[in-house]
Amino acid sequence: MRDQTHPARTAWLVVAGLLAFMILLAGCGDDDDGGGGTAAELQNVGQPEGQLNLIAWAGYVEDGSTDPSVDWVTGFERQTGCQVNVKIGNTSDEMVQLMRTGQYDGVSASGDATLRLIEGDDVEPVNTDLVSNYEDVFPGLKEQPYNSVDGQMYGIPHGRGANLLMYNMDVVRPAPGESWSVVFDPRQASQYSGKVTAYDSPIYIADAALYLKTHQPDLGIEDPYELDQRQFDAAIDLLKQQRESIGEYWSDYTKQIQSFANGDTVVGTTWPYQYLTLKAEGRPVNAVYASEEGATGWSDTWMLSSEARNPNCMYLWMNHIIDPRVNAQVAEWFGEAPANEKACQFTENRDHCDEYDAAGRRYLDDLFYWKTPLADCGDDRGEVCQDYNAWVQGWTEVKG
Amino acid sequence: MIGYLGSLAVLLVTSFWSLGELSGEIQRTATLDNFRTLAEEPVYRDVAFRTIGIAAAVTVTDALLAFPLAFFMAKVAGPRSRGLLVVAVMVPLWSAYLVKAYAWRTILSADGPLNWALAPFGLDGPGYGLVAVWLVMSYLWLPYMVIPIYAGLDRISDSLLNASEDLRARPTYTFRRVILPLAFPAVVAGSIFTFSLTLGDFIAPSLVGSGDQFIGTVVYSTITTNLPLAAAFATVPIAVMVVYLLGARRLGAFEHV
Repeated sequence: MRDQTHPARTAWLVVAGLLAFMILLAGCGDDDDGGGGTAAELQNVGQPEGQLNLIAWAGYVEDGSTDPSVDWVTGFERQTGCQVNVKIGNTSDEMVQLMRTGQYDGVSASGDATLRLIEGDDVEPVNTDLVSNYEDVFPGLKEQPYNSVDGQMYGIPHGRGANLLMYNMDVVRPAPGESWSVVFDPRQASQYSGKVTAYDSPIYIADAALYLKTHQPDLGIEDPYELDQRQFDAAIDLLKQQRESIGEYWSDYTKQIQSFANGDTVVGTTWPYQYLTLKAEGRPVNAVYASEEGATGWSDTWMLSSEARNPNCMYLWMNHIIDPRVNAQVAEWFGEAPANEKACQFTENRDHCDEYDAAGRRYLDDLFYWKTPLADCGDDRGEVCQDYNAWVQGWTEVKG
Repeated sequence: MIGYLGSLAVLLVTSFWSLGELSGEIQRTATLDNFRTLAEEPVYRDVAFRTIGIAAAVTVTDALLAFPLAFFMAKVAGPRSRGLLVVAVMVPLWSAYLVKAYAWRTILSADGPLNWALAPFGLDGPGYGLVAVWLVMSYLWLPYMVIPIYAGLDRISDSLLNASEDLRARPTYTFRRVILPLAFPAVVAGSIFTFSLTLGDFIAPSLVGSGDQFIGTVVYSTITTNLPLAAAFATVPIAVMVVYLLGARRLGAFEHV
């Protein structure tokens, strides 16, 4: 029996209703103006709220579920009563997006997320007087451009490290020197075509720019995050060329570990965490710091959400994570330099801080830490640099 | 219903908004910039065509694979084996999508079972890439094609086939002139599933796709950095499916729903 109520007309009514709803929504819009807020910081840490929701990089918040002996969360939960729930972010973009939902209390933000969060009023300043371990943090990590505004700290430094070049020792011969040429020089990369990897994030454009800084000096690249049109286009071209050898891009660290273990990937950029995990599995991999061109890296900061429902627990966590013993555990587990100077006495490997250059004397202070590209080049070129939106679109173009 | 359509409406509205510079916060002023970007940058066109192409390939593959199986189930198999076959077709749907996709990632990997099985013949599996995506999607959506075709064929009365035989038509002729026209709406109905599911998928391409971008993966990666642009790009599969559904309705897919 045919429907008597003219289905076509009903459909058009629904569409008209939707259009009206859309116009209504578009009409009542408000512009958002940014600017780092002068929100008042907490004056003292009150009663812990019983819960803590964190966004963190893989390996930063371990509660024994990855490896029963790797746990610096259960003790914290017992001491403070703050149940820790962690969401792993694979890229800074994911973390920024998650923070914007307002459902989390804190995040371990890298330099390419911190300023965006500050500017977007998603985080509030941190009262470092409430974090007793802060005074032992390496001076090189305090009041940096990526974690503070006008001397006001917006977080607690966690640790820092360099992006490494990892390769399968059985397949990649001769062993690549301490240089990124094996993944960027087409003659070398094409030898491993289909088995090269790169980090799946627009921020990887900086790695290409860093390579060109050394190998195409006439481009005049000084800071790989401050690229004008000409420099940016050159980096994009290099990445499009690299695309031909790429097997797959990685952002999920477990997929990268599996990929190297299976032999689907044999060379590419990685974090020390994956390298240490594969080594522990007995895989024939090695990882090097590319001293020839230098490397990009991360310097992470624990930030407090401006919409945190559990700020007291967050302050307790921030103090806990840079406690010398805990910071030492994290630094060794992930493979990075700790933030707390005293942590160097507690690492199982006595030479950990030397190997990872925690004091920043060898290369760590010269690393090109992830930071948000802005239109303002920060030098006498003016506002001609590509901002992060351009980087995002460029990255989509690269992947094709 | 309201929630479903409402969220679609919000998506469409978002596609007209844009991003502030440093903070990346959404500026709620109407602009056509996102659609201009989609039209001007060739990469979005390439991605859209690639996705539509794979969706079409998956649909055709599944139709070719499902039809014989469904025909056997509807017309040839005895009642008990028919029941078992239906269960057998449905069983993969009981396991999680991720489990199946990861299983295929393992199968297709360089050291995986597929390469191992082909090695004695001197052949190599497809590895990861477009072929792998097509393969995995065809596998994943096959039950969604088998069941509608089975239902459609089941509706064809056996007396029609007997009559055709009595009139001395050869089996291929019967198939072409009797079975196919009657079953075609069911095939189209099944194709709606395979086409739309492939169009929007982002997990299978990211697991076995080796970096090739599809509509789903572009939306997924852009959504964290440029929500309005992702929303604008998400309107593309919506538009494609509207056209597809209109065509399917014309071909009678919704007659017996």
